[in-house]
Amino acid sequence: MEFWTEIGLPAFALPGLLNYWVAIILMMIGFYTVMAHENLIKKVIGLNIFQAAVFVLYISMAKVDGGTAPILGDDIEVYSNPLPHVLILTAIVVGIATTALGLALIVRIRDAYGTIEEEEIRAAEQEAGT
Amino acid sequence: MIFSHIPVLQVIVPLVAAPLCVIFPFRKFCWTVALAATLTSLWIALTLLITVYAHGPITYELGGWAAPWGIGYRIDILSAYMTVLVSLISSVILVFSPRSIGAEISNARAHLFYTLYLLNLTGLLGIAVTGDAFNLFVFLEISSLSSYALIAMGQDRRALTAAFQYLIMGTIGATFYIIAVGLMYAMTGTLNIADLAQRLPEVMETRTILVALAFLIVGIGLKIALFPFHGWLPNAYTYAPSVVSAFLAATATKVAVYILLRILFSVFGPDAVAAMPIAQPLMILALFAMTIGSAVAIFQDDAKRLLAYSSIAQIGYIILGISFLSVTGLTGGILHLFNHALMKSALFLSLGAVFYRIGSVQISDMAGLGRRMPWTMAAFVVGGMSLVGTPLTVGFISKWYLIRAALESGWWPIAVLVLASSLLAMIYIWRVVEIAYFRGHPEAGADIKEAPLSMLVPIWFLTGANIYFGINTGDTITAARAAATMLLGGPQ
Repeated sequence: MEFWTEIGLPAFALPGLLNYWVAIILMMIGFYTVMAHENLIKKVIGLNIFQAAVFVLYISMAKVDGGTAPILGDDIEVYSNPLPHVLILTAIVVGIATTALGLALIVRIRDAYGTIEEEEIRAAEQEAGT
Repeated sequence: MIFSHIPVLQVIVPLVAAPLCVIFPFRKFCWTVALAATLTSLWIALTLLITVYAHGPITYELGGWAAPWGIGYRIDILSAYMTVLVSLISSVILVFSPRSIGAEISNARAHLFYTLYLLNLTGLLGIAVTGDAFNLFVFLEISSLSSYALIAMGQDRRALTAAFQYLIMGTIGATFYIIAVGLMYAMTGTLNIADLAQRLPEVMETRTILVALAFLIVGIGLKIALFPFHGWLPNAYTYAPSVVSAFLAATATKVAVYILLRILFSVFGPDAVAAMPIAQPLMILALFAMTIGSAVAIFQDDAKRLLAYSSIAQIGYIILGISFLSVTGLTGGILHLFNHALMKSALFLSLGAVFYRIGSVQISDMAGLGRRMPWTMAAFVVGGMSLVGTPLTVGFISKWYLIRAALESGWWPIAVLVLASSLLAMIYIWRVVEIAYFRGHPEAGADIKEAPLSMLVPIWFLTGANIYFGINTGDTITAARAAATMLLGGPQ
């Protein structure tokens, strides 16, 4: 911990907050990919990373110090909060549905335009428009 | 016995009807099933509204699990109002749909249209009745995913790119929403809206909750298509099949506004909202939406795109009403939410009838239509007048309340802006009217017939509603005022 303060960074408790930092970094990587890439498949990948970051955020919140998995057992007394796990199961299903629909749309876009690059689609539209 | 389960039936009826259309892919059958399901929903919604009026909010525990563990549904006056609006509009549009769908969607995919339509309805009704913040996300995604697919059913290949763009923006919006719900859960340990309202005040000042609120407003703003998050909307409405444009314009964005109202007033509460810098930014965005949306609409050549930009402007009015944070302003906003659904569905449906007859909605192709399709175009004119806000139409009532709210708060420049943007609306509606009535050779297009009765009846039902609620204003104003008072009365 002292190492971070010595080099001038805020003294965040690494083990405790690491998950949150990872979540934020993943979120930004995903968000950037969605916005910056011209390729539609890469946009969908970015969207997936973005959503996965939210899953990490939820799962990290559920962790109870020293807790085990929330399952039935004789010697289990402290266990993680199962509710966020269940919520994320639902969110994963939603994410898969979104990905599937996005990819299906990309297939149809490729059939219609012959490309999945936004720039080329725009060019094809302008050509058709004039 | 079954009566006590009515809140959940509101969602279950369309949800169960949807797969029936996949299992039995016969066009007529699917239409009948869909219509039966939406009419049942309408009946349930009206029953709920009457019950809520008489006995106050209804709560329902799914599977008998009490609120902190199970999902609770909670129907108050505002949710009942939304369910009636959504199921009413969707029933009318379904009556209109068979011929329009026959012309715009291939026979092989017509049954899927009805499936998606019912799923979308399930999602929208679910959002209105649920009392659980995460359950709301699930319903939001059910309605969003089905609307992406519905938009992609448009004939033009640009419908595909429009749907994809909406998918990206919509998913980002919904994901922002769950980030915020997660942060609120981390601070309060509950997802139930009523419990959240109780526990939030203690932690209101923390940065976590402030971040959550920011995520919520941006995320829901994307779904509402509030300026500057409206990028997905014009293409989506322009290239979607006519009935889909009518349905989405009338219901989807309205339900998104409902989510905003719920979050701001039922979860955070009016005091917290007033204490934080939320209202002013919303008001500024709303003013931009009103003026820029209307101004851009003037320069459109495609009538559907024109209405799409007009929708962005009208959403601005609704948000403006909300941003006053006063009973009059909120009444105006909620009234306009209802009224705009009536106007836009009537307008988009009349364009659907135009497309059915002439195969285009380019304004230049509509020359002489005033003579050829007098009833359809008359409906368009009445809907347009309502959009402008002429007296005796619903548009007048809501704008009257908005202007009154602006003057009450002492912001007369905003009242002036509302009037100015109404004048812009007059210009873009007039462009269509001028070409339809005063252009084109009297003999031209003699083979164009009036739209069939099965289209005219739903169009005129909605147009009639525009006039009826414009003259007989008592019921809607009472309901909107009751909802506004309830929201401002703080968490209950």
